[in-house]
Amino acid sequence: MATVRHRPEALELLEAQSKFTKKELQILYRGFKNVSIFSFQECPSGVVNEETFKEIYSQFFPQGDSTTYAHFLFNAFDTDHNGAVSFEDFIKGLSILLRGTVQEKLNWAFNLYDINKDGYITKEEMLDIMKAIYDMMGKCTYPVLKEDAPRQHVETFFQKMDKNKDGVVTIDEFIESCQKDENIMRSMQLFENVI
Amino acid sequence: MAAGVAAWLPFARAAAIGWMPVANCPMPLAPADKNKRQDELIVLNVSGRRFQTWRTTLERYPDTLLGSTEKEFFFNEDTKEYFFDRDPEVFRCVLNFYRTGKLHYPRYECISAYDDELAFYGILPEIIGDCCYEEYKDRKRENAERLMDDNDSENNQESMPSLSFRQTMWRAFENPHTSTLALVFYYVTGFFIAVSVITNVVETVPCGTVPGSKELPCGERYSVAFFCLDTACVMIFTVEYLLRLFAAPSRYRFIRSVMSIIDVVAIMPYYIGLVMTNNEDVSGAFVTLRVFRVFRIFKFSRHSQGLRILGYTLKSCASELGFLLFSLTMAIIIFATVMFYAEKGSSASKFTSIPASFWYTIVTMTTLGYGDMVPKTIAGKIFGSICSLSGVLVIALPVPVIVSNFSRIYHQNQRADKRRAQKKARLARIRVAKTGSSNAYLHSKRNGLLNEALELTGTPEEEHMGKTTSLIESQHHHLLHCLEKTTNHEFIDEQMFEQNCMESSMQNYPSTRSPSLSSHSGLTTTCCSRRSKKTTHLPNSNLPATRLRSMQELSTIHIQGSEQPSLTTSRSSLNLKADDGLRPNCKTSQITTAIISIPTPPALTPEGESRPPPASPGPNTNIPSIASNVVKVSAL
Repeated sequence: MATVRHRPEALELLEAQSKFTKKELQILYRGFKNVSIFSFQECPSGVVNEETFKEIYSQFFPQGDSTTYAHFLFNAFDTDHNGAVSFEDFIKGLSILLRGTVQEKLNWAFNLYDINKDGYITKEEMLDIMKAIYDMMGKCTYPVLKEDAPRQHVETFFQKMDKNKDGVVTIDEFIESCQKDENIMRSMQLFENVI
Repeated sequence: MAAGVAAWLPFARAAAIGWMPVANCPMPLAPADKNKRQDELIVLNVSGRRFQTWRTTLERYPDTLLGSTEKEFFFNEDTKEYFFDRDPEVFRCVLNFYRTGKLHYPRYECISAYDDELAFYGILPEIIGDCCYEEYKDRKRENAERLMDDNDSENNQESMPSLSFRQTMWRAFENPHTSTLALVFYYVTGFFIAVSVITNVVETVPCGTVPGSKELPCGERYSVAFFCLDTACVMIFTVEYLLRLFAAPSRYRFIRSVMSIIDVVAIMPYYIGLVMTNNEDVSGAFVTLRVFRVFRIFKFSRHSQGLRILGYTLKSCASELGFLLFSLTMAIIIFATVMFYAEKGSSASKFTSIPASFWYTIVTMTTLGYGDMVPKTIAGKIFGSICSLSGVLVIALPVPVIVSNFSRIYHQNQRADKRRAQKKARLARIRVAKTGSSNAYLHSKRNGLLNEALELTGTPEEEHMGKTTSLIESQHHHLLHCLEKTTNHEFIDEQMFEQNCMESSMQNYPSTRSPSLSSHSGLTTTCCSRRSKKTTHLPNSNLPATRLRSMQELSTIHIQGSEQPSLTTSRSSLNLKADDGLRPNCKTSQITTAIISIPTPPALTPEGESRPPPASPGPNTNIPSIASNVVKVSAL
């Protein structure tokens, strides 16, 4: 068991860095802390490791297998790639997702899809993501999930996003295409008041 | 996990933004958060100890008391907190359940107290976490056994007069302490078992020589005597077995039970011997059968509880015993083989075959070491020593398990016995308490009426006497009083009741009894039908009418004129002088009038002395009768 204890930055600092109020930060921290004790065995206290992350996420999707998607999510949150999500990382991510501008949100989504963080989304990466999302649905769906549903979905995606048809999607293509799509723009505002 | 997870729902929803660019269709609208209530702290005051938690923590489990609106019933407006008059220790566990999602069971807590608290808060005990579940289940099982035990012994002790002859006999067989006859039977059978076993043993002792022949065992020398003894014992056992068979509630189950099999095996050889003639061929087999007579000693297990416990222990340790046997067999075979091959070389070795080596191995492993077979080669000696060392280990391992099992069962039995012994004392205490409270009622009734009477007469001195009972007591007594009025019956105590029943056949009215108010006896009159079970058949058919008479107040008695056959309702608190010529006759129609309730002629109010406790009610105030033949007598 690690003996290092990770303390989050001061409340005021976090308040300044993120777009949350003090009260919201308090609520978020309480939830975060409650869960971080489950990671205490493997990590320094005060952080959440991937295992716990996956467990939590799977509580919300009992029918399917959400571990893969949670893995990608974890990587998206764990910006410094040290294998653990600290409260600062958590807040940073949430700040963008809940209080950020559309641009920031789209950036974040791109980051999520870009698994190897090389600035390009390839079809393979997208396929992985898509498969992960479909895995969360589980078996019992209507209509019945077909084998190539992810692949088809990826094709649709690339048709929409890949402007120059070079087989990869760059950040600019991505943002541009999303801004043109009304549905996407609207859905970006969906979770503003979640806290 | 559930606790933390709910708090992460915002995160999960936020992370859903990752799906948005990929989605092809529009998303559904998010549910509106109607009242964006700020999370507030609520204070839970449990017997003075204040706990505080967030409201949302409690609302995680909306089907419990704390999570639903049920807790509003406990809200104290003045202090703005929720007050629960319960155990704060257990509340700690309950609140932790809300916080962490895991319910723990503290070891030091009594299981029934804990269950009660859980029931109060509306939490099902099945959700106790794995860490504490074993402990909880064990304790619960023990408690249930204890309750069952209590109920059983309670049922046993209830004297059901309606047991059939067969059932009484069975009970006599199973519990010899229920009647002297059963006890006699118990000892007689025990004696005969002992006699039978001793004869079997003595039969084989060499008894001295008869001149002209070789030494004989006693059995052959006094064969007639032994035969008679044997016959007698077998008679007794047969009769006992048949009686048990007759009395058993389930004959089939009885026949299959172990004890009955032992019984049968014990007496069979005799009958088989009777049947068989002195045929040479079968007499050999017959002799073998006589061995089974030794099973009679197992019949003692009905007489000894320790033996039963031992048997039960062995049965419950069957798996450990089986393991012991198996491992021993393995070891024996291995070592026997090794010894055989090691000793093969030496000349004149006793280890002629592997089965022959089994004997050596067993004797060595159990550290007996008879010495009839010893290894001579060096290799044999080495392996022999290894054999004896390992024997100790193999045997020593399962034995503590068996011992601890035995100890546990034995202690359980002892506890059960102790509980049964204490139960008698406990029941006696309960009975005393019950009679105490009913007597208190009767006592206070009298005092109360006294009080009322005094109020009517305006004597202030004695008024304080009635106030000695607390408010609760007085309310309770008022309740009992209402019941009496409702049913037109009254409460009296046991002695009075029995006296009344005895006297009911007598015509004369015993009036010289000197009542004492201080004694709890005889505060009301009639034989109430309170003891419904006791159906005493009274000769006088008018008696039921008597019972319906409602004597409301102790202080007055409405005495009917002469024509009714006398029904005694003796009131020992009253002193009805015989020369008054009064017969307490009660008919339903003449309801005595109480000072308090029913309007009575004012002449009813007692005059003269009004002091309790008068040893005798003093001169009865013979109030001029209202009706033609109604005399009211005051007990005051």
